[in-house]
Amino acid sequence: MLSSLITAATALETIDERLSHCGISRRSFIVFCSSLMIAAPYGLAITDKKTPEEVAASLGNVIRPPVIWLHFQDCTGCTESLLQTSHPDFGDLILNIISLEYHETLMAGSGLQARQALDEAVKKYSGKFILVVEGSIPTKDGGIYMKLAGRPALEVLAEIGGQAAAIVAIGSCASWGGIPSADPDPTGAVGAADLLPNKSIVNIPGCPPNPYTLLGVLLQYAADGTLPEADDQRRPKFAFDREIHEHCPRRAHFDAGNFVKQYGDKGHREGWCLYEMGCKGPDTHAGCSTRHFNEIPDVWPIGIGAPCIGCTEKAIAFRVPMFQVVQLHTIAAPPTSYAAIGTTHGAISPLATGLVGLGIGALAGAGYVASREFSKVRNDESAPGSKPPPNDSESGPGAPV
Amino acid sequence: MRVKLDRRQAFKVMIGLGGTAVSAMLPKPAQAVEEHPAHPVAPPDAIAMLYDSTVCTGCKACMPACNEANGLPADTLLSGGIWDMPTGLNAQTKNIIELYKDPQSDDFAYVKKQCMHCLDPACVAGCPFGSLKKSDWGAVTWNSSLCIGCRYCEVACPFEVPKFEWNSWNPKIVKCEFCYDQRLKQGMEPACTAACPTQAVIFGKRDDLLAKAKDRIAESPDKYFENRVYGEHEAGGTQVLYLSSVAFDKIGLPKLGTTSLGHYATKVTSVIYKWLSGPVLMAGVLGLAIRRNWNRHELERVEHEKETGFPDQL
Repeated sequence: MLSSLITAATALETIDERLSHCGISRRSFIVFCSSLMIAAPYGLAITDKKTPEEVAASLGNVIRPPVIWLHFQDCTGCTESLLQTSHPDFGDLILNIISLEYHETLMAGSGLQARQALDEAVKKYSGKFILVVEGSIPTKDGGIYMKLAGRPALEVLAEIGGQAAAIVAIGSCASWGGIPSADPDPTGAVGAADLLPNKSIVNIPGCPPNPYTLLGVLLQYAADGTLPEADDQRRPKFAFDREIHEHCPRRAHFDAGNFVKQYGDKGHREGWCLYEMGCKGPDTHAGCSTRHFNEIPDVWPIGIGAPCIGCTEKAIAFRVPMFQVVQLHTIAAPPTSYAAIGTTHGAISPLATGLVGLGIGALAGAGYVASREFSKVRNDESAPGSKPPPNDSESGPGAPV
Repeated sequence: MRVKLDRRQAFKVMIGLGGTAVSAMLPKPAQAVEEHPAHPVAPPDAIAMLYDSTVCTGCKACMPACNEANGLPADTLLSGGIWDMPTGLNAQTKNIIELYKDPQSDDFAYVKKQCMHCLDPACVAGCPFGSLKKSDWGAVTWNSSLCIGCRYCEVACPFEVPKFEWNSWNPKIVKCEFCYDQRLKQGMEPACTAACPTQAVIFGKRDDLLAKAKDRIAESPDKYFENRVYGEHEAGGTQVLYLSSVAFDKIGLPKLGTTSLGHYATKVTSVIYKWLSGPVLMAGVLGLAIRRNWNRHELERVEHEKETGFPDQL
């Protein structure tokens, strides 16, 4: 069996062939396919299939895509999160589903040996392999802040990325800089798409991202050579088209107005909404609220009582303070309150009409009486000043000049 | 009192009379159809919304959809900055779901409020500069560059729809415009009808929707109030149609006659302003009063000067 594996390794083979070489039963592959159907992101091409057999039939003919995985300025958290996935487990993934040619964390070799493996893989699968980039790339000062075999990361990415069929930037760092690019950004960290804007790049941001998203992208590319439909930030829509808030398990508390005010308070212990603690869920597009991590229910930030930090949004995570409350844009009040039927014009009541009429009448009457009084005074010959005193007409104030 | 007509005055009178006669005789543009008929007929391409209060679940999905399509901020005054929670149509709300609760029983009904897009709207008739107008497909739209902010539309509208942006230095009139610029022109239906998950509000040709509404009434004769469609004839007909199981005036839809408000408004103004007769009459009466008072004053002045020996001070 070992010899057959060695001979198989020299040529690309389909998943079916690989599984039969490894002696993996058809049944366990069908089990894998059904777990894929359940766990894989909605909207993904393979989940259009109705039965695990159909998935198995289409996946079985897929030629295992060669994958080269490069680490740059990262914490290896993305790899760690992938390692914790158990359906499929990571061994299954890298040995049977994809053909992982180079991965610094996982490979046994090191130093010159590892470098040789990388060079050989790039040469052998030039133009065919998928490059997975983890971590940001420093650009400041000629990119000297990170070197790989003595060469700056910039140069390595340009060379290997140029030969890749497609690039998957995994994690927020590889997507647009992530933590290393946070203020004051000493290394001038940028993402893969910033350096290779013309390559077909899929960003899978997240800190860490959900492993199923990577799996889905790789399998779709392997199956029909296409990359999933992406949004304007190159994020696959099947995983990033909705906000965390839309499917948040704590949404009912948001709608009911039950908010955690302080860590450890009653609401926090009861699992209320974390919006007022700075949860970025209403502004963050990701599938975390429906696909939790490690296949364990509630293993995701909000599930364990920590607010979402918006790690899949370029403008939020590591840019906006963690406890700053986000602006809600278009969220209508929940169905506990409604505006009442009301009018602002009002109606004309008879009483008001009468009062206004009385007022107008009184004014008109008073005006008439006053005018009569004035006319009387006008005609009063004895009124002072109406006629100049006959004696001192020379000194009168109104004397003609 | 003898009025002495000199040569100059005679010319003035002749010019006045001649002008009036000429303006009366000038050919007026032929009008094949009355511009503001009392009972307007919807053109065949008129669009409409049909809102069925018995289908609406009050989810308010239409409200954020409207805000998003129109770029309106959420009205978070009541909710402490959290939810869009308007108390009625206002400068930040072009579309709202309101709730009617019967004070005696547990009866309730939701109602969606937005512009009714009347076939002959009072706001358009009342707008002095043509800022509001009936656009393609019958959408009543507002043009910011013509608006002087007189708010006649706000007063004229019997449905209390146009709202004035009081808290702005350059205020706008805010009203539902059927998503005319935002979506209709791009061939999309309005945001609210597109967002409605229960089809409580649907979009279509007015004729089709009217037929559909009547079908619904025919299917369940006891379900709907008075077995009629609100907006079919109200105010001359509107392009938003309502079905409800609760009395229309209870859910904030006023009792209105069937005469179009544009017809009413133009009938009043056309009588007053026919051949400028109103202003001319007014000016004539005022002129006569002034002349009478002036003559009286002249007589008094002479008398007064004689009596006192002083010239008049006025």
